[in-house]
Amino acid sequence: MVQYSAPHLDQSFGALSDATRRGVLERLGRSDASISELAARFHMSLTGMKKHVGVLEAAGFVRTEKVGRVRTCRLGLRRLDEEAAWIEFHRRIWADRFEALDGVVTDLKNKETAND
Amino acid sequence: MTEQTKIERASEREFVVTRTVDAPARIVWEAWTKPELMKRWWVPRSMPMTLRSLEMDVRVGGGYRLAFGDEGTEAMVFVGQYKEVEPPARLVWTNEEEADGAVTTVTFEERDGRTLVTVRELYPSKEALERNHGAEEGLPEQFEQLDQLLLDLAKDG
Repeated sequence: MVQYSAPHLDQSFGALSDATRRGVLERLGRSDASISELAARFHMSLTGMKKHVGVLEAAGFVRTEKVGRVRTCRLGLRRLDEEAAWIEFHRRIWADRFEALDGVVTDLKNKETAND
Repeated sequence: MTEQTKIERASEREFVVTRTVDAPARIVWEAWTKPELMKRWWVPRSMPMTLRSLEMDVRVGGGYRLAFGDEGTEAMVFVGQYKEVEPPARLVWTNEEEADGAVTTVTFEERDGRTLVTVRELYPSKEALERNHGAEEGLPEQFEQLDQLLLDLAKDG
């Protein structure tokens, strides 16, 4: 049984929430590229691009390999497949509901305390 | 601190959601069985829909009806029947707006003043479960972005 817990998916969605990072994935979908190529392509400093790639790497979307002085980036193995999307859709619904439910039960508890 | 909501596929035709709520079971039960309370939390924030009406007759064999929609319309109606009502521990209802709707079982387990809520949705088939993607309710924006991105990647790959 595969479990899709919140932190795992939050990381994925966090990684994809940035336009540059989505651009990097699209670019890597065409071919592998070095950090400096990506930095040039997105008009960004090497340090800035390293950070973006780091986020994508941590989320499993990108793999990097250093050969000599060049770090090459390619698409990672992990893809959010349909099942993950389905699960995440329903997790959001329920996470939202439970968050609102917390507010309701807090009110009920406070009322009880006031009536004691 | 907000508790974590966990969700998993228990089988091909069932998924299970668990969440701990910081209140005794009798209070959580109240929030799940009184319409005036239910309407304050049931509609997910990420899906801004207007709940037009909510009727609940919480007893074995009793029905419920939720209607969503904008001004003067009822775009979406959810109906079903309560099958088991065991306060404050267990609630089972059917989802009958579609022919192959799920049976929802909710259990409330109290421990040290907190309650573990487990929601199980059991569909008649794997296909029925997967069909309930909720796409008609409008996927969150990030999902559309993600879908598009995956399509682009597949095309380019």
